[in-house]
Amino acid sequence: MTTAIDVRNLTRRFGSFTAVESISFDVRQGEVFGFLGANGAGKTTAIKMLIGLLAPSSGQASVAGFDVSTNPDDVRRHIGYMSQRFSLYEDLTVRENITLYGGIYGLTDSEIRDRGDALIGTLQLGRSSDERVESLPLGWKQKLAFSVAMLHEPAVVFLDEPTGGVDPITRRQFWEMIYTVAERGTTVFVTTHYLDEAEYCDRISIMVDGRIAAMGAPAEVKQRFGAATLDEVFLGLVRPAGVQTPQSA
Amino acid sequence: MADRRSALHAFIVKEMRHILRDRQTLTILLLLPLAMVVLFGYALRNDITDVRLVVIDPTPDYATIALRNRFAGNPRFEIVATSQTPDLAEPLFRRGDADLALAFPPRFAESLSQGVPTRLLLVGDASDPNTGSTMAAYATAVITSYQTEIGATGQAVRIVPQLRMRFNPTLESVNLFVPGLIALVLTLITALMTSISLSREKERGTLEILLVSPLHPWQIILGKVMPYLLLALGNVATALLAAWAVFHVPFRGSLVLLLSASVLYSMVGLSLGVLIAALAPSQRAAMLAALAGTMLPNALLSGMIFPIASLPAWLRMVTYVVPARWFIVIARGIMLKGVGLTYLWKELAVLTVMLVVLLIAAVRSFKPRFA
Repeated sequence: MTTAIDVRNLTRRFGSFTAVESISFDVRQGEVFGFLGANGAGKTTAIKMLIGLLAPSSGQASVAGFDVSTNPDDVRRHIGYMSQRFSLYEDLTVRENITLYGGIYGLTDSEIRDRGDALIGTLQLGRSSDERVESLPLGWKQKLAFSVAMLHEPAVVFLDEPTGGVDPITRRQFWEMIYTVAERGTTVFVTTHYLDEAEYCDRISIMVDGRIAAMGAPAEVKQRFGAATLDEVFLGLVRPAGVQTPQSA
Repeated sequence: MADRRSALHAFIVKEMRHILRDRQTLTILLLLPLAMVVLFGYALRNDITDVRLVVIDPTPDYATIALRNRFAGNPRFEIVATSQTPDLAEPLFRRGDADLALAFPPRFAESLSQGVPTRLLLVGDASDPNTGSTMAAYATAVITSYQTEIGATGQAVRIVPQLRMRFNPTLESVNLFVPGLIALVLTLITALMTSISLSREKERGTLEILLVSPLHPWQIILGKVMPYLLLALGNVATALLAAWAVFHVPFRGSLVLLLSASVLYSMVGLSLGVLIAALAPSQRAAMLAALAGTMLPNALLSGMIFPIASLPAWLRMVTYVVPARWFIVIARGIMLKGVGLTYLWKELAVLTVMLVVLLIAAVRSFKPRFA
């Protein structure tokens, strides 16, 4: 198994405040890696460094084999990204959004058409493919956004709280989609506030105050902290630090 | 790879779709230059028609009748009353039924034929000082032309009107407004619309996705501004056509030069729009900043409505950084005077410098916070 994300002593400071303090971890290809932490623990800052939106203050990180500091353009070409905010254009149709992102990622017209057809078929959006995205229900929008982020078949996909605000059935379907792409070899890097979702991950890390406080397979982590659930682990780690508790499910 | 779409192409197509899909905004943007030219052309003009004139003629003779006939025959004037005593004029003025009074001295013709300076009194309603002096200038012009005509018969004739203002009977203020309007419309499309559209992406989070994509910041900026540049050029054409068709505004210079200058000016506006969007925290803030920062100076400090020479010295200094000020000089020069590069290179150079500075600032502000 090759390494998809390799992070070594990655640090980011804002003035005198250290948002991310010397974190190190690696994610194998095809792994579903859950990146957990309370609000303000440094998750977003860490992701921004991995996707090339923020330069590290020190340390190294490579994504899909490219260094984020020296090769940000190559990193961007090989990753997919879905943010917690809905990232498609509401006033464009499903098809037009697909064409746009396919074009941005340099797919050929026939690739855009074929993959678009497959995507619309999988999501059963056939009848809505020429409707504006704004008319779709939230759950469909999120699934569509994920599929569009996967259109160029990236080596690594970053999902920043992808299931915020969607119903349990859609969340379930969403995780099935995540498994499907992971089985095809795509590495999935996902943040979530739902600790039951964290159980679905191959491995998780929990960030507290800019550091990684726990890492490993969910069962391993629970065992190490002698806890029955990840909820307990999480609260045990987060509370002493005085950080607000997460909106856990 | 003929069928491989370039990222920029895909992005521009998307921008066009946004613009074409927002029908209301598009309609407004397309009709705006037309509406502005017509509205400003009719409403904001300085020339006045239908001046209501009262004539006071104590001793009517051939000379006073001749001059009265000239006023009666002039489309700008309408004689509302004629009287031999001045008493009549006062109540008409007070009621606002008259704008201007023309008072002949007694024995006007006799006085003229003796060759002595003959005084005529013009009394204007100066409650609006600009209108008052404009009306007086019109009347003076009528008198002067009469004087020139009878003077040509060989007699030494001297009518002395109070005002000796140079009067250009074809002076149409709409000619002066149209270049300013073009600047205003271009600013609206470029600075305002770009900043709104870009800050919308920022607010909705789609910009983040674009910045994470392989698109370069310059491609995002170019993709954003290209469609608006096309729209802006279309608007210049509409404004020019409307001005020509409705008001017969002349076009004496090179159309190519004007369009090139419009592109240059639009790019200044577009860079400004990008910069505003990058700095503004929200779409609303961007819109307000664009309105206050570009539209207001464009209308008030560009010489479009108020002559720059009439501004206080410190405010005149401010106008130097208003791009519209320079563009209006260029547009007026090309349209009304028919001058070319020889006369306008300085203004064009100033706009170019502004463009370079703003463009660098805009692209920098768009680096994905790589600090």
